[in-house]
Amino acid sequence: MNAAVNDEPRKFLLYGALSPNKKNPNSSASCEAAAPAAIQPKISTRNLSFYYGNHQALIDNNLDIAPGNVTAIIGPSGCGKSTHIRVYNRIFELYRDQRATGEVILDGENILSPSVDVIELRRKVGMIFQKPTPFPMSIFENVAYGLRLHYKLTKSELAERVEIALKRAALWEEVKDKLHRPGTALSGGQQQRLCIARAIAIEPEVLLMDEPTSAIDPVATAKIEELIESIKSIYTIVIVTHNMQQAARVSDFTAFFYEGKVVEFGPTSQIFTNPSNKQTEDYITGRFG
Amino acid sequence: MIVRSAIPRKMVDFGVKVISSLAALLGITILAWILYEVIKRGAAALNWSFFIHLPTPPGLTGGGVANAILGTSIITLLATLAGVPTGLLAGIYLAEFGQHSRIGSLVRFTSNVMMGIPSIIVGLFIYTLLVLPKHHFSGYAGSAALAVIMLPIVARTTEDMLRLVPNALRESALALGAPRWKTTLQVVFRAAKTGLITGVLLAIARVSGETAPLLFTALNSPYWPRSLNQPTANLTVTIFNYAMSPYTDWQEIAWGASLLIMSAVLVLTVVARFALKEVKK
Amino acid sequence: MVQRVNKTIRPIKNQNIQKKADRVFHWLTALSALLILALMIGIFWELLSNSRLAIQKFGFKFLVSEVWNPVTQEFGAASSIYGTLVSTAIALLLAVPLSLAIAVFLVELAPPAISRLVGYAIELLAAIPSIIFGMWGLFVFAPFMAEHIQPGLSKALGFLPLFQGPPMGIGMLTAGIILALMILPFISAVARDVFRMVPAVVKESAYGLGSTTWEVTRKVTISYGLRGLLGAAFLGLGRAIGETMAVTFVIGNDHTISKSLFSPANSIASTLANEFAEASEPLYLSALVKLGLVLFAITILIQIIAQLWLKKIGQSFGGSL
Repeated sequence: MNAAVNDEPRKFLLYGALSPNKKNPNSSASCEAAAPAAIQPKISTRNLSFYYGNHQALIDNNLDIAPGNVTAIIGPSGCGKSTHIRVYNRIFELYRDQRATGEVILDGENILSPSVDVIELRRKVGMIFQKPTPFPMSIFENVAYGLRLHYKLTKSELAERVEIALKRAALWEEVKDKLHRPGTALSGGQQQRLCIARAIAIEPEVLLMDEPTSAIDPVATAKIEELIESIKSIYTIVIVTHNMQQAARVSDFTAFFYEGKVVEFGPTSQIFTNPSNKQTEDYITGRFG
Repeated sequence: MIVRSAIPRKMVDFGVKVISSLAALLGITILAWILYEVIKRGAAALNWSFFIHLPTPPGLTGGGVANAILGTSIITLLATLAGVPTGLLAGIYLAEFGQHSRIGSLVRFTSNVMMGIPSIIVGLFIYTLLVLPKHHFSGYAGSAALAVIMLPIVARTTEDMLRLVPNALRESALALGAPRWKTTLQVVFRAAKTGLITGVLLAIARVSGETAPLLFTALNSPYWPRSLNQPTANLTVTIFNYAMSPYTDWQEIAWGASLLIMSAVLVLTVVARFALKEVKK
Repeated sequence: MVQRVNKTIRPIKNQNIQKKADRVFHWLTALSALLILALMIGIFWELLSNSRLAIQKFGFKFLVSEVWNPVTQEFGAASSIYGTLVSTAIALLLAVPLSLAIAVFLVELAPPAISRLVGYAIELLAAIPSIIFGMWGLFVFAPFMAEHIQPGLSKALGFLPLFQGPPMGIGMLTAGIILALMILPFISAVARDVFRMVPAVVKESAYGLGSTTWEVTRKVTISYGLRGLLGAAFLGLGRAIGETMAVTFVIGNDHTISKSLFSPANSIASTLANEFAEASEPLYLSALVKLGLVLFAITILIQIIAQLWLKKIGQSFGGSL
């Protein structure tokens, strides 16, 4: 079973036959049914610390991300959720004064090591941002952008993959007649789905979502949550959200962060119904945050 | 309590309002006056000869500034080709790499200071650098002087426009695996396109009206600009020479050339600012 | 619902090329940026080395000697420096209050449509090249000054040595006025931006207490933006000092220091423009370059002070002007 943490770094290995696509209402039952054989985590974080200049924002994070599942990261503002997942694709390297220490192991390789090919890393680990960021190009060009970066494709192959990506992002029907229109001409919810299509077009293995629906209206939010549900069998998804109901709805596992530390981690149903840690419980019940 | 009478306060206020309105009126009047005079006197000099013929000695009719029109165009074009790409690159450095570095701050500071250097000093500099050692004036030197003037202007406006692009857009491109150079040129540039074009147009407008830097470099010439390696005809120095001369027909031609230069500069400026309005939307 | 892709494709790009390209990109942009520094240093160096002749012959006396004689090859910058400073002073004295008045008009008085139109007009004025101002100054404004303004000034204020002498039109006063007209749009644009930055709530509080527009402007807006206005004045100063063509046309090119503003004079820039063509002897040329060095030094000093001041108050007007 998954344990709650105290201050010692603990390993969170995933035990058991937790079926990847089911949310378990009887969490205890399925946990006991677990065989001791461990499923290799897709991403395994070991002793990760992060610094903005002299300020330490992440303190000794240890976390496992289960493959083929949705893992939600929740916590009050400023607790380090976004900072944490931004290490997974090394996007923080854009800024000179930000640095990370420790290890983040993706498929057996420590991605923080300088010998890692960052461009290939970012193809494998895609990111969706809080505010939709369509490029100043047509809808087609937006989705094709990543494809052109990483693959050599004929025109028809390109068009085919753009269509597949847009269909997977549940946007195809709405834009198939206006692929040449600028991406910025879409509504907020559509733009975000465009960004998702753009990210999944290059066949990532992991999708990082940093509060993907906080800038979107509720109807569009529901569409995107449906979308997450429909694609999670293909990708490993890590979603940062400050909306606990959303975390409960879409995720299989949940990690609770507080002040830069991983406080508790486990199956979503367990975290929300029977958290082991008092802080987690306080946050979930709304006593703070 | 003794209450202050409001009347003197209101009178002062009224007086100031009148003065402010008059000041604004003065500004508009001066603009209108200048435009009127340049158009009136310049138009009188515009005819076919003006545009097609070479200059003739004073007193001889049928002279024109065809060579100067060509010369100014060539010199400005060359200056643009040299100054704009360099300025864009420098601006990219300031916006994308030099945000918090000491070198970046130094270059930014220096660019701002350099924009305040009189253009005649730049002309003098190029003179000592490119004219004196070679013992002859050249159109190349003229273009070089104009390019030096353009460089900090383009660099700083490029930086300002690129900085307006939100970081999330850069991060999105990088997160897809784009290398830095593609992120900047394919995504950030496109987002800032209108502002960048405006900056470049304004820089071109600014240098095409310059006279002082060309005085020491391209000088002037009564012939067609066959080679840029010699004194090259240009409109602004022609205006200077002809206006200072005692010949009325030459002075008329100076007015015609002034109209030409002023129109080109104002049209470029208006087009550029109009484009900028679109950006601000 | 979820389509599986039938064909597998391999990502192909050779990422080392991209890394190299990034490095080249970084260096290319850095070199272009460093070019700016190099040019600045180069300008100083070239001016210095080419005035060596004159520096050796005249030294610091150059700055205070009024003699400027190409025939005897004796050169002194005093009249040029004097002319530069005085014409600039006249320009600022006229332009700063006028610009403030225009800014008040644009921000506080005019309805939005008129404010925009007048704003455009002022911006157009800023775009007019210096040589056009020179043409207009020489052929239109100088005669206007000679016929209408200067006689009036003579009559009213002729007891002052400032306004004595024949009304020739060209001269120090005319040059100063034209300079004022040229820097007017820049100072008003900056002043307008400064006024606009005063938060509406602050102004509303003042109005709410029963202040008149002028009182709000004087006590709230101007004091709020005083430091920005100072920066604007500095920028205007910098522009006026280096202005060449307009001044050259109307200042008269006379190397004497005269008490009267009606007299012809010269500025450093006008001397350079007017006499460069005639400077055949090396010493003459060197003296002119030395003059340029003096102007360069003055301008750099003003620019540095202005930039440091603007940095200190947290505003940056470098780009668009």
